[in-house]
Amino acid sequence: MVELNLNRRQFLKLSGATAATLAVVELGFNEKKAYAKSKEFKIASSKVTPTVCCFCGVGCGILVHTKDNTVVYTEGDPDNPINEGKLCSKGTTIRQVYTSEKRITKPLYRAPGSDKWEEKDWEWMMDTIAKRTKETRDKSFVVTDNGITVNRTEKIASLGGAALDNEETYLVSKLMRGLGVVYLEHQARI
Amino acid sequence: MGANPAENHPISFRWLTKAKEKGGKIVSVDPRYTRTSAVSDIYAPLRSGTDIAFMGGMIKYALDNNLIHKDYVVNYTNASFIVADGYDFNDGLFSGYDEAKRSYDKTKWALAVGPDGQPVKDPTLEHPRSVFQLMKKHYSRYDVDTVSSVTGTPKEDLLKVYEAFCATGKVGKSGTILYAMGTTQHTVGSQNVRAFAIIQMLLGNIGLPGGGINAMRGESNVQGSTDFGLLWDNLTGYLAIPKQSVPEHATLEGYLKKETPPSGYWSNRPKFVVSLLKSWYGQNATAENEFGYQFLPKPGAKNYSHIFLFKAMFNKELEGAFLWGTNPVVGGPNAGREKEALGNLKWLVAVDLWETETAAFWKKEAGSDPSKINTEVFFLPACSSYEKEGSVSNSGRWMQYRWRAIEPKGDSRPDLDMVHDLALRLKKMYAGDTSAAAAPFLALDWNYGDGHEPDIDLVCKEINGYDLTTGKLLPGFGALKDDGTTSSGNWIYSGFYPEEGKNRSKNRDNKDTGGGNFLNWSFAWPMNRRILYNRASADANGVPYSKEKAVIHWDAIQNKWVGTDVPDFNATIAPSAPGGTGAIMMNKDGVGLLYAPTMNEGPFPEHYEPFESPVPNAFSSVELNPAVVIHEGDFNKKGFKADYPIIATTYRVSEHWQSGTMTRNQEWLSELSAFMYVEISEELAKEKGIKNKDKIKVSTARGEITAYAMVTKRYKPFKVRGKVVHQVGMPWHFGFKGYATGDTANRLTPHIGDANTQIPEYKAFLCDIRRAD
Repeated sequence: MVELNLNRRQFLKLSGATAATLAVVELGFNEKKAYAKSKEFKIASSKVTPTVCCFCGVGCGILVHTKDNTVVYTEGDPDNPINEGKLCSKGTTIRQVYTSEKRITKPLYRAPGSDKWEEKDWEWMMDTIAKRTKETRDKSFVVTDNGITVNRTEKIASLGGAALDNEETYLVSKLMRGLGVVYLEHQARI
Repeated sequence: MGANPAENHPISFRWLTKAKEKGGKIVSVDPRYTRTSAVSDIYAPLRSGTDIAFMGGMIKYALDNNLIHKDYVVNYTNASFIVADGYDFNDGLFSGYDEAKRSYDKTKWALAVGPDGQPVKDPTLEHPRSVFQLMKKHYSRYDVDTVSSVTGTPKEDLLKVYEAFCATGKVGKSGTILYAMGTTQHTVGSQNVRAFAIIQMLLGNIGLPGGGINAMRGESNVQGSTDFGLLWDNLTGYLAIPKQSVPEHATLEGYLKKETPPSGYWSNRPKFVVSLLKSWYGQNATAENEFGYQFLPKPGAKNYSHIFLFKAMFNKELEGAFLWGTNPVVGGPNAGREKEALGNLKWLVAVDLWETETAAFWKKEAGSDPSKINTEVFFLPACSSYEKEGSVSNSGRWMQYRWRAIEPKGDSRPDLDMVHDLALRLKKMYAGDTSAAAAPFLALDWNYGDGHEPDIDLVCKEINGYDLTTGKLLPGFGALKDDGTTSSGNWIYSGFYPEEGKNRSKNRDNKDTGGGNFLNWSFAWPMNRRILYNRASADANGVPYSKEKAVIHWDAIQNKWVGTDVPDFNATIAPSAPGGTGAIMMNKDGVGLLYAPTMNEGPFPEHYEPFESPVPNAFSSVELNPAVVIHEGDFNKKGFKADYPIIATTYRVSEHWQSGTMTRNQEWLSELSAFMYVEISEELAKEKGIKNKDKIKVSTARGEITAYAMVTKRYKPFKVRGKVVHQVGMPWHFGFKGYATGDTANRLTPHIGDANTQIPEYKAFLCDIRRAD
């Protein structure tokens, strides 16, 4: 786990003040009263984890407050020299990336010709995907062409990755090339 | 220019406003008066697709008025190099053009080489065949009157921009160019960036604080995913993929010989390649089997990038596809065609947090008939960035670690687990298979633990690399070897994890270590260097050109380069030693390329009109970039000015992100920016009888969309070559899923790409508009 640079007292002061401002805007609280009670706010005893914004490439730091297995609050990371605690509209609302009801939380399958999704378990999904990958690969794999070793399949494509972590992009790159995939593209162009 | 940081990279813009408070000047060049323009000191409008004309005029202005940094130009660029006799330029075409193939014989553009094998130079820059003189001649055609008539920029605005920016050529001053997709997404996108590089080299603005050309990355890790080889023609760390079409690539020895220059930092390439092969194929990579080189796939003699990929899919050449958090049904060019193409797949795996338009392409709401689409679709729910751990690299190459704040929501999982899980299952399925097809996959080293979740720390260490004789982590890429005794999954990142327990992307000491470089916050590749080519901030003798803009200097007592940043140079090579002035060290001759004989459409940027343009080219009789690939037929219909007289472009708003998937599925952002609109000038609105908030139709040769009209003063008609030309603009974030829905702008955009990178020309195409009722 990471050590935050802020000491606990500074931190409470900072996040309490921010929370109070937010409460005034959102709920019409009396500011002074709200500030006085800031220690009782839901974030006062939350766990704080630093992250980096998932949107553009500036790389602003964000603190994620979690409590009772949900995200209760997010705010700019004052320690991060890139943004010094400031955020834009997207960075500010990053909490809803977790809380939005639109999040899909179960694997879904759509059969050929079907007009609906079906919920499936991970085991079946991953196993079926691996089977499809192997079938297509085996059927289309070219070992040599004109006497040159090429070890490729031109029937499988892999797209995307610009929103993944470095470690993930590394494994996608390694696995796809390891399988012989040559249609490999992410969002650098689009 | 080509960027609108106030709206698209707002927190970066905070630093521009801080610079302004200190007396800095902001110049905004954009077809539309954006929020960046509103805060700028100078605003100049330009017609979409005319950046080279605009910059060509600036190059001429800098040369004519002797505003260049001459000492820098002589030492750190190829201005003094003599060009051999083959090079010529006539009416829009460089020598060596093959019209049938739409390509050039680049050997015609070679530089002159002396008997010693070294480039022939004239440091006085006066030789008529010197790069400097040829460049001067090339841009002598870009006079302010011609430029103004092409770009539609009023002459006085052009001169204001030229004067302000060229003033940064003075020692002690610096200027930077921030750009984004407004620059790159053109059929001349690469040469647009080249034009920026040329002016920055002429003004001595590369390698010092406040200088550079800065790509404003649109995605949190588009830098990292490019670094890690997720584009078809690059392995990790920008190592070229071996190709079947290059005969030398048939063997590792041939590949290394062909791809390794005799000088410059890339002369170390064999060490990077062999170490990568050791990371990927482990014990199965031996000196006897070319370190597993033959296991790597070799693409055939074609292009495999986005447009070509979808063309292959459209032509039923593909069977399966993985989508890792990407949504081409909204974000791809000519998106209607891309949606159709998906129906030709047998299976599709979509990994995302939300049901994207692409994952749902088969639905009625997508305009599809599900009963006729036989694609099997697997939707895998991914968790968000703070429900997992790992690092991302920002526009400045700072690799910052993100910790897990909360367990993945519901049954969602990190992408890392999914890739690992899939790899393990496939390994199991192939186990014992002795076929030739199984061999390369079975040889792939995959050791991140046996569980469904890989050990991310092992992945991080593999990227950094090991000394395989001791098993210890490597201190950096300087320690890599080409004999199979070292490994590194991505050489440019080597050094981020130099010893056990020290993953430097986790560094969080935010004390400014000098020059605003924050060397102990995160890790910047390569080797924690924050300003690339910072050797160029000092003169040939190693003395900073100015105190104000000093970064590193040669310390003769310590016998090394020292300063506020890690030297982006071999720290112990003295200025007087061989190679001691080769500041642009990644290039073969250690200099920046004003003349780049490697580019597909010519060594100097030349203005051509976009694929669809309302006016003929004023600079030559060649209308379109002569080296672009034209896709004919139903896949990419072309529109002409008779039917589509208005220029259109696309852009983004602060509240939405890319194809809108991440933001249109959030309540607050959807409410802040809820509707698809098209921004049009008051003059055009009047001409067309359109009022603000009217519903209008926008049509191109590819498709038609409906949107609200936003009538604004932000667009003004351009006066181009004596005629009035209108331009409209629209956000490309919308689709049919999420809270905020709207028609997709990319159903209008063409399937044509830049001649070097195949980046699609989203930013300049022709349309017509009319009231919807």
